[in-house]
Amino acid sequence: MTGMRLTAALAFALAMTAGAQAAEAPAGAASCSGCHAANSRVDTPVPPLAGRPAADIATAMAEYKSGARKGTIMDRIAKGFSDVETQAIAAWYAQQK
Amino acid sequence: MKSHTSRRQFLKTASAAALLPLPAIAQSAGPKVVVVGGGFAGASAARFVKQADPKIAVTLIEANPTFTACPFSNGVIAGLRPLRAQQFNYEKLGDAGVTLAFQPATGVDAQAKTVTLSGGTKLAYDRLVMAPGVDLRWDGLPGYDERAAAIMPHAWKAGEQTLLLRRQLEAMADGGTVVIVAPANPFRCPPGPYERASLIAYYLKTKKPKSKVIILDAKDAFSKQRLFQNAWAALYPDHIEWVALSKGGKVNAVDAATKTLKTDFADHKADVANVIPPQRAAAIAQTAGVADRSGWCPVDPVTFESKLVPNIHVIGDAAIMGAMPKSAFSANAQAKVCAAAVADLLAGKTAPEPRLINTCYSLVAPDYGITVAGVYRPKDGVLADIEGAGGVSPIDAPRENRALEAQFAEGWFKTITGEVFG
Ligand SMILES: Cc1cc2nc3c(=O)[nH]c(=O)nc-3n(C[C@H](O)[C@H](O)[C@H](O)COP(=O)(O)OP(=O)(O)OC[C@H]3O[C@@H](n4cnc5c(N)ncnc54)[C@H](O)[C@@H]3O)c2cc1C
Ligand code: HEC
Repeated sequence: MTGMRLTAALAFALAMTAGAQAAEAPAGAASCSGCHAANSRVDTPVPPLAGRPAADIATAMAEYKSGARKGTIMDRIAKGFSDVETQAIAAWYAQQK
Repeated sequence: MKSHTSRRQFLKTASAAALLPLPAIAQSAGPKVVVVGGGFAGASAARFVKQADPKIAVTLIEANPTFTACPFSNGVIAGLRPLRAQQFNYEKLGDAGVTLAFQPATGVDAQAKTVTLSGGTKLAYDRLVMAPGVDLRWDGLPGYDERAAAIMPHAWKAGEQTLLLRRQLEAMADGGTVVIVAPANPFRCPPGPYERASLIAYYLKTKKPKSKVIILDAKDAFSKQRLFQNAWAALYPDHIEWVALSKGGKVNAVDAATKTLKTDFADHKADVANVIPPQRAAAIAQTAGVADRSGWCPVDPVTFESKLVPNIHVIGDAAIMGAMPKSAFSANAQAKVCAAAVADLLAGKTAPEPRLINTCYSLVAPDYGITVAGVYRPKDGVLADIEGAGGVSPIDAPRENRALEAQFAEGWFKTITGEVFG
């Protein structure tokens, strides 16, 4: 996926989530916090997701999925989500504190 | 902080007398959700229902005020960490607005929509979430009952049993034989017996090198099998022997007095015997009528509502979750989906179709971690694997990755216990 298309899709996903106030987490997002701590006081080497730019999260997920980025586990997880699903998750995490 | 103390005070009163406070809570204005079981599934569900809609009155019923976590308890058995590192309390959950009742639930009246506590209190619910975990089946393996477990520990519920197995390993003379009896599927934590064998072998190799671990298995295949066996060949070639079902591994009876494990082919005499018996959903699930003849609880894969009794949801180890294994990771992931679904249903909305992740980390050595992961969606009435996703750590991964996965495993434990109890 090109950067441009990714950004456009993200803007769309963001607009969608902004519409539904106090949006419920999109499908799959709740499972990420099993490893990516929602609470920044937790001492873990896994980087937090909350408040990260949506494009960063979506790009990383796309790269894990394609194999362009290496990880110990994220490649196996990213493959379980479509681009649309990933973008919704990325947009939601970007809005969390 | 003041309200904190008074809340704890209130709870003590509630569990001691079980008279005034709980019925008073049950009459509050918002919808009522009661959760039975404060483990990885239930404590998460209570927290996230409250978070989804603070107007919902959430009560968590838990038999013990201290929770002792099973994940990483194999490290306690191997002497790598104290049991204290496994223990958590419910104070923060109380602070989050969840009412706590430290008493066993003894009955469920699905018609009247009430739960009865051992003290006699009845709590009304609009929706009930049951997350009581597993019971060990004392009728599942001839000779193995609660008395036998005091001699041949299961250590499959963490706590005193974990320490007992630890003490027995410490007391064993070098040259001894440790036998682990592994059950048939399904059971709590499919990779657990093999992680345990690995960490016991690590202890023996360093402290009692003439000793060994034998796994007598009621199965011919197990979780992350190639990864475990590869690692064993590299790290513990003289310390672990796995006997599969087809090689006579199935134990048909045990004799606690002599620590003997009996198969069709041989009597194995152990110096330390760790018997992991067959399991089923905990008693309260059977009492409530949400378990089927298999002993486990069938549920809808979108809301986790029981397929047998309306308005009762079942999550965690007690439930039949299709492809999703019985793990703390799964229990927590299911709880978050269930909490959102319960809040939606109480608000008259339809719950959306979920996606769930599971990942089970296992330690083969303190610096050697491996994983199995899955991503799941509802399909044909159960949770099914999303094809192409998940799977195990690569068999040929470099040793640095094993070390990284061991670090991420510890991060996972801190993260999940932080989310549930922190
Ligand atoms: C040795 C071992 C290692 C493991 N390692 C891992 C791991 O690395 N990763 C992983 O993800 N999982 C692991 N697991 C699995 C994990 O422990 C379970 O899957 C998890 O605890 C399930 O959560 P649960 O909430 O369903 O049940 P539990 O955590 O068992 O909680 C159930 C709770 O319900 C309470 N309860 C039961 N009946 C009643 C009643 N009638 N009234 C009130 N309260 C009641 C109990 O007191 C308990 O607190 C391991 C398990 C073992 C045994
Ligand atoms: C089992 C634990 C686990 C789960 C579940 C998990 N992650 Fe990760 N995540 C990791 C680890 C570990 C890394 C570091 C890379 C690696 O080793 O795979 C990571 C890295 C990432 C990164 C890159 C962060 C950076 O700064 O480099 C992103 C983005 C990410 N994960 C997103 C997600 C999303 C979105 C989900 C849920 C759909 C998720 N993760 C679920 C463990 C997990």
